[in-house]
Order: sequence, then C-alpha cells, then structure tokens
Amino acid sequence: MERSRSITKKIGSISFSLLAPSEIRKMSATKVITADTYDDDGFPIAMGLMDPRLGVIEPGLRCKTCGLRVGKDKCPGHFGHIDLAMPVIHVGLVKSIRDCLRSTCRECGRILLTDKRREEYLEELSKYKREGRDNTYHLKQIIKECVKSEKCTRCDREVGKIELDKPTSLRENGKKLTPSEIREWLEKIPEEDLPLLDINKESARPEWMVLTVLPVPPVTVRPSVTLETGERSEDDLTHKLVDVIRINQRLQENRDAGAPQLIVEDLWELLQYHITTYLDNQTSGIPPARHRSGRPLKTLAQRLKGKEGRFRSNLSGKRVNFSARTVISPDPNLSINEIGVPISIARELTVPVKVTSHNIDWCKQMIKQKISSSNKSDEYRPSVNYVIRQTEGMKQRIKVTERNAEEVADKLELGTIIERQLMNGDLALFNRQPSLHRMSMMAHRVKVVPHKTFRFNLSVCPPYNADFDGDEMNLHLLQGEEAQAEAEILMKVQENILSPRFGGAIIGGIHDHISGCFLLTHKDRRVTMDDASHILAAVKYEGKTTKVEVENGKKYVTGKEIFSALLPDDLNLEYKAKTCLNCEVCTAPKCPNDAYVIIKKGVLLQGTIDENSIGAFKGKALDRIIRDHGMDAGREFIDNVTRMGIASITLIGFTTSIDDEDIPDEAKRQIEEGLQKAMKKISGLVKAYENDELESLPGRSLEETLEMEIMRVTGRARDMAGEIAGKHLGLNNSAVIMAKSGARGSMLNLSQMSGCVGQQAVRGERIHRGYQYRTLPHFKKGDLGAQAKGFVASCYKTGLNPTEYFFHSMGGREGLVDTAVRTSRSGYMQRRLINALEDVKVENDGTVRHSGGQIIQFMYGEDGVDPARSTNGAAVDVNRIITDIKEGI
Amino acid sequence: MAKTIKKQQFDIMKHKLVPLHEIATEEEIKELLEKFKITPDQLPKILNTDPVPISIGAQPGQIIKVIRKSQTAKEAVAYRLVVESDK
Ligand SMILES: [Mg+2]
Ligand SMILES: [Zn+2]
Ligand SMILES: [Zn+2]
Ligand SMILES: [Zn+2]
Repeated sequence: MERSRSITKKIGSISFSLLAPSEIRKMSATKVITADTYDDDGFPIAMGLMDPRLGVIEPGLRCKTCGLRVGKDKCPGHFGHIDLAMPVIHVGLVKSIRDCLRSTCRECGRILLTDKRREEYLEELSKYKREGRDNTYHLKQIIKECVKSEKCTRCDREVGKIELDKPTSLRENGKKLTPSEIREWLEKIPEEDLPLLDINKESARPEWMVLTVLPVPPVTVRPSVTLETGERSEDDLTHKLVDVIRINQRLQENRDAGAPQLIVEDLWELLQYHITTYLDNQTSGIPPARHRSGRPLKTLAQRLKGKEGRFRSNLSGKRVNFSARTVISPDPNLSINEIGVPISIARELTVPVKVTSHNIDWCKQMIKQKISSSNKSDEYRPSVNYVIRQTEGMKQRIKVTERNAEEVADKLELGTIIERQLMNGDLALFNRQPSLHRMSMMAHRVKVVPHKTFRFNLSVCPPYNADFDGDEMNLHLLQGEEAQAEAEILMKVQENILSPRFGGAIIGGIHDHISGCFLLTHKDRRVTMDDASHILAAVKYEGKTTKVEVENGKKYVTGKEIFSALLPDDLNLEYKAKTCLNCEVCTAPKCPNDAYVIIKKGVLLQGTIDENSIGAFKGKALDRIIRDHGMDAGREFIDNVTRMGIASITLIGFTTSIDDEDIPDEAKRQIEEGLQKAMKKISGLVKAYENDELESLPGRSLEETLEMEIMRVTGRARDMAGEIAGKHLGLNNSAVIMAKSGARGSMLNLSQMSGCVGQQAVRGERIHRGYQYRTLPHFKKGDLGAQAKGFVASCYKTGLNPTEYFFHSMGGREGLVDTAVRTSRSGYMQRRLINALEDVKVENDGTVRHSGGQIIQFMYGEDGVDPARSTNGAAVDVNRIITDIKEGI
Repeated sequence: MAKTIKKQQFDIMKHKLVPLHEIATEEEIKELLEKFKITPDQLPKILNTDPVPISIGAQPGQIIKVIRKSQTAKEAVAYRLVVESDK
C-alpha cells in the first residue's frame, strides 16, 4: 500500500523591495490632481480621488480601466498616482537613508572605505550569502567603520557628521539637508557599492527611498460609505490623500509663482507631515492626524499593525457562523458532558438535515412547528429556520416564517436540506479562551434550558479554568455527520477526563462534592431511612436494598453504606485518605481518625471519602474506576458522586462564617506568649550581631546568617501560632472540614486567619527597601527587629496594624506582578511552540512526521505510549499487577 | 617557536553522552525504507561535517543508525541520512 504523500510546495524565498517611481507610474491608471471626490450631482470627478478608472465600488457600474463590474466579474481596483511637487522622505526608510548617507561621500557617492577594506567586506558578504548565514553583524560593522573615517579616500572631501532628527529630518554638520539634496546624494551612490549598504542592486536604488511620486490605492481599498441621511462618508485614507493633494497643489503654485523661500519651505514641511502620517499615523515625534471628531485617523500602518490589524484580526483569526457566546453559570444537576443552552440561542443555532424518504414526514412536521413554537420564553419546541432547495446547481435559501411554514412544508422535496433548530442531545463544541490545552474545547450534549446563560456541571470548571464571576464562553455547532462522529469519539468531556499530560484524571469532585462525601462517610455517620432514600434518589439508585440498622424502632442507614452504592462490585482498594494526619506511628488499618480507606468488593468498609478518593488529580477510587471500567463508567461515577455530594451536604447542612475562626482567649494568650518569646529571641539575635558575637554559618556572611536565623524564628513562630489555633479548631468546624478534606482552603489559611499572618517577604527576603536605613518612618534607623522588617504578628481576624498592613501589601503585590509577568511570557512561548509544531502528528505506523512526510521520531516518545493512557508516564502499572496477583484476583 | 605538544583529540565516540552510531548496512537500509514506506530523503539528516560522521567515516548518502539509551523505552533506534554540507 502506497502511503499517500500530500503534495507540498515550499516557498523558496520572498523578497521585499522598493517600488521604483517608474513602476508606480507604469501601474497607475490615472494621475490624480484634484482633491475633490464627487461633484454636486454625486458623480466622481475625473482625475479626482474617486476617479472611475481607479475601480468601482457601486454595484452595476463599470470600471473605466478594465470594463468589469464589482459583483460577478470583480474589478480588482487599480492604482493611481500623485506627482509630488517636491521630493519627500519615506518615514519607514529614514534609518536606511541615514545609514546610506553616513557611509558614503557626498561629493562622489562612493563608500567611505579604502579599496582594500571594500574588497574584503564584499568577499565576506558574498561568502555569508553563499552559506545562507545572517550577515547583519557585518553590515553594521561596515557602517561603523565608515562613520569613523574623516576624509573620502577618493576625492578628499571631508566627511560630515550625519544626524537624524526624528522622525524625518536629517542634518549634516548641524545643517539641515532638504529631501532634494538627500535624493541627489543618494543618486550618486554607484551600483557596485550597494551590496555593502544592504541594498540589492537588481531590485532597488537608494534614491527610491525619497518619494517623488506617491501611489494612490484603488477605491476598493478605501470605499466610501453612504450614510442613512444620504451623506457620504469617506475612508480615512481618502481623507489623508485629500490633504496630500491639497498641500501638493499649493506647494506647486507657490513655487512656480516664485514665492519666498520661507513659504515654500513651510509648505514642503507640511507635505512631508501629511505623507508621513499617511504612511504611519503613530510616528513618534509628530502629532497624529485627527478626524474632525478628534479621533486619530487609521492610516496604512494602522491597518496592518497590532491586534486589530489585518494580520491578527482578519488573517490569523476569523469569525464563524453557527456559534454563540454568553455568560456561564453553574448547574450541579447536569451531567458533566451536558451543556445548558438558553432557548433564545437554541432558536438561532441550526443543524443541517437532509430530507430523505425516511425522515420526510418528520421534517414536514418540524417545519409546521414554526406556527406553534412562537416566542414563548419558557417553552421550547424546535422548528426549522431555513430550507435550502438545490435545483440544477442553484441554491435557493428559503426562510421559514410563521406565515409560509404550511406552504413550505407541503412543497418539501427529497434531497432538500432543512436547517433545523437545536434539539436536546445535539453535539456542540464548548470553549473558553485562552485555549491553552486541548481540554479548553470539549464536546457537550445540548440540553435546552430557560434563561440566558450557558450552564454546566461544576466539575468541568478546572479544565476550562472557568469560574462564574462573569466569564463568557463560546459554543460551536457541528454541521455534518462526519464532524459529529469525530467529536463524539475524540472530544466529548468523558474522553478528556484523563489528562494527556500525566495520565491522571483532571476532572473530579470539587468543593462541596468533597465536603458532602466527607460529611456522609466520616466515622459512623448514619442517616434515617428517609434521608437515605433522598440521597439515593438523587443518584437514581436502582440496585439492591442497602443494609438497614434498626434502633428504637427507627431505621437507619450508614453513610458508608450509601456511598458504596456508587462503587462497582469488583472494586478493591486500600489507601490513606486526605484526612490522614501522618501520625508518627501509623496504626494503619485501625486509624482512630477514620483516615485509612478500605474498599472490598465495592463496599466501603472503613475510612472517609475525601479528595484522595474522588478529587481530580488525586482521586484513587475515581482513577481506578476509569482504568478498570472505562470512560463512560468514569463519567457516570463523577456525575453520581457530584449529585450524592450535593444531596448529602444539603441534607446534613453545612455553613461557614467568620466565627469559624474564633479561638478561646486562653489560646490567644498562648499565641501572644509564644510570639513574645520569638520577639525576644530575635532581639537577642540582633544584639548578638551588633556586639559581634554572632557566629556565621558556613559559607554565609554575618548579615546573611542573621537574616536566615531571624527568618527561621519568624517561620517557627507562625507555625507555633497555627498549631495552637489548630488545637482549638476541630472537625466540628466547617472551615476545618473543608481544609482537611481537601475541598477548599488549607490549614495555613486558617492559622493565618486565627493565629498569626507571619513574616512578609519580597524576593524571598525580609522587607528592607523603603526609606534610608529603614522601611518606614515609624521605625528607628537601622532597626533590624521583627516588626520593622515586615513581621505581621496579628491575624486576619483581629486585623493588621498600619505598618503590618503596608508590609502585607508589599508582599501581596509581588505575587500579583509575578503572575502577570508569568502569564504574558508563557503565553508568547506557547504561541511560538504551537506555530512550530502545528503540523506534526503521529502516523498510524507510530512514527511522528510533519506534513512534508519528514520523519521526526521513529516511534512516538520512543516507546509509542499515549501518555493519557499511561500510569504516570509508564506503559504498565507494575505495582498494580503485583497486588492483583497477591490478592488472587 | 614551533609548538612541541601535539594536540590530542579526545575520541568523542567514547564520551558517555554520545550514543552509539553505526553505518547502516545495505540490508538494514532496505528493511528500514520498506518498514516505514519512505525514501531516504524523509529521514532526519546529519551533516557530513558533523563530528560523528567524521569520526566513524560516514560519507554523504550513507545512513547512520543511532542507538540511544531511552528513559521510556530503554533503547531507542533512530536513523539519519548523511548529507553533504554546503561548504
Ligand atoms: Mg472569571
Ligand atoms: Zn477595473
Ligand atoms: Zn568622495
Ligand atoms: Zn494515619
């Protein structure tokens, strides 16, 4: 079998060059001499900026140059030209002009090198060109050497000092050079010296960098728009060209009339200004040209440059049909691969369906539903928006309205395509920017819902990195069976539970799902039969009846028993829960904290369900279920765990408030005491340092030693405060439950709230910048104590004093700046990587090749293993196999 | 004064970071091209002026077999086509 190699063509080279004045005239359809555009009757003026020879924009009219119309035959538009009365510098090329002047003689135009040096450089340059190497260094070197010379070696003329006044003015020995003088100078440079000035003698002459004729772009490039009032509004480029022509005319008249030199020079400057802003309206050093309204004009450079420019906005990024965007909000009752789409969006988005003999009746009925579907906001019955009839290659697109629905339905033929509105169960791609990895765009099943936001299960927030503080997301509808099939297999949320980064789950229970399961399964929690039924109904449990305990005539079910309903019968696992305290002597199977999980044959025998069971990244039970039972079972498990978690937490009740951070006065006193001890220790260290009694650590200076010692003391002081606070914050405290179960927050957060915030640092050191010899004027100069260098002894609950608050803000700002810098830098790095690797793929034979068929790797990753299906990168989980064999499974 | 010490070139092939390079035999090449259904120009390239082809004496047009130690697969085999340098 022959591997089909796509036909590829390589771009050999692209060369950019200067437009010669002769060439500008040659391609010009007309000379433009009138600054006006249209006459009083609304017809374009001949030799004006809207001359019909420059192309046409109104449909029906014929172009006077090529005879074609806009619509079908497409007149591409034609250039015109303006003859400038006096030459003008091109802003984009001033630097090259400066370099040319600096390295040549004004008298004879030769390069300011001795013949010997000239030959050497020419030799070097041609060698670099042969080898395809970058020669910028040598070119810069040539200019540097020329600038140093004092006299021309050929005609003995003294070399003047050339300076550039930004943006377009050049001086020789302080005397201004007019563009005419510059042009004359550049004309003198002989062809054989051009390679040394980085100019290709085949395609350009240096004097072309000074404009004598200006090309006028076709009207198609700068169409005028007719406003509703009948007024004509011209494009920014046309406005600018009007200015250029007007000043050009005045300059010509004044010069021909022999006006005073001063007036001519002023007009010349003005012409230079207009042409400069025509090319780039953001040239530094000159005020941007403005519209009458005060808005800066968008001229040539602005059209191309930047995010809103032609490249980034129109060529690399395009807008698409069949897509929607709105704010997102959570819905814990949806499955992870569902998405709630608002009715108003569902009515707008369509899927094409071909009418066949099998579905024609259904299609007719769908069209007729247009009449009844109306615009009720709470009821949704999908209908059809368009019917596309194809007869003899002609496409006819009929919009279905309430009025014509009946008629269109009756006339429906086989082979017609109907664009039907969104229905429950349609596949759609859901995406949040920035799309940093493939999980940023996943396929969801549509569920049409009322109101105006997209809704999805909270477990899917992490892969999209979404939250609900106003985030918006995009939805794209798949328009063909092939696309739908591909998305179904590759892009559904459940196919993306395992991350291609390390082969673990990145979707799992979060926040309240974990708190809920914790509450349900911790220790001997049991709920009444009624409540148990509620929880099990939330997951639509249909299995065998759970074990029931009877006490005083009341029926109870244990939380562990309820949770076991979600576990497959063949699940056998043993692991430490997140709640494990890492006691010095682990009493493992018999953990007093119920932190050792044992699951046998799908029954949770002991241990608490928390982040280590159902969370993303760490969830052992989740991981095992996906591995043993597949993606669909994994999806079902996550769906059910989230529902059970929410049902339990709602039933048991869970709240956290500011008094969760309350600690008894006794504890406060202890913390106070501990902190005082630490302060004393620090002042002791400082005193020892001042008295030269401190012994330095190996490899450290005395100052460094002191800092390290103090940092250690402050660190320990905070830990101590946390420990004391922690002793009084038990598992009856909601904040602690969240921290210990891994739902949200950490014990460090809690100890900072109720114990002590601790040392603030900038660049990993205690805060030392600010005023002379001190951080703030509140302290004595040279104070090395804890308070003066950013130690925050207060806790968030009691509040920080002003100096503490200031230091805390310094530390906080560092974090913000770091993340801002990191994201922009890693974003650009990623962009470059993606552009470099976009066409590399793994072929069916395991090789990695790019689109040209070149082999990059002979076996993907050298072992051919898909990291998403690996266990931490390894193809085989040896430990798992060993335990399985031991257990005799 | 003339230099008296002759500079000794260390045998780079003995360095532990340089993997084993061999010139592929006719048979190996035939097998390789058939296995991946490729022409030699689709292989990764190595310049004949690269230190390795010089020290094992590989000529442009020949194919070098590189046997590397691999973290993921213990041993990984790759092939490179020796190409003439522009110089
Ligand atoms: Mg947000
Ligand atoms: Zn035309
Ligand atoms: Zn000269
Ligand atoms: Zn333990």
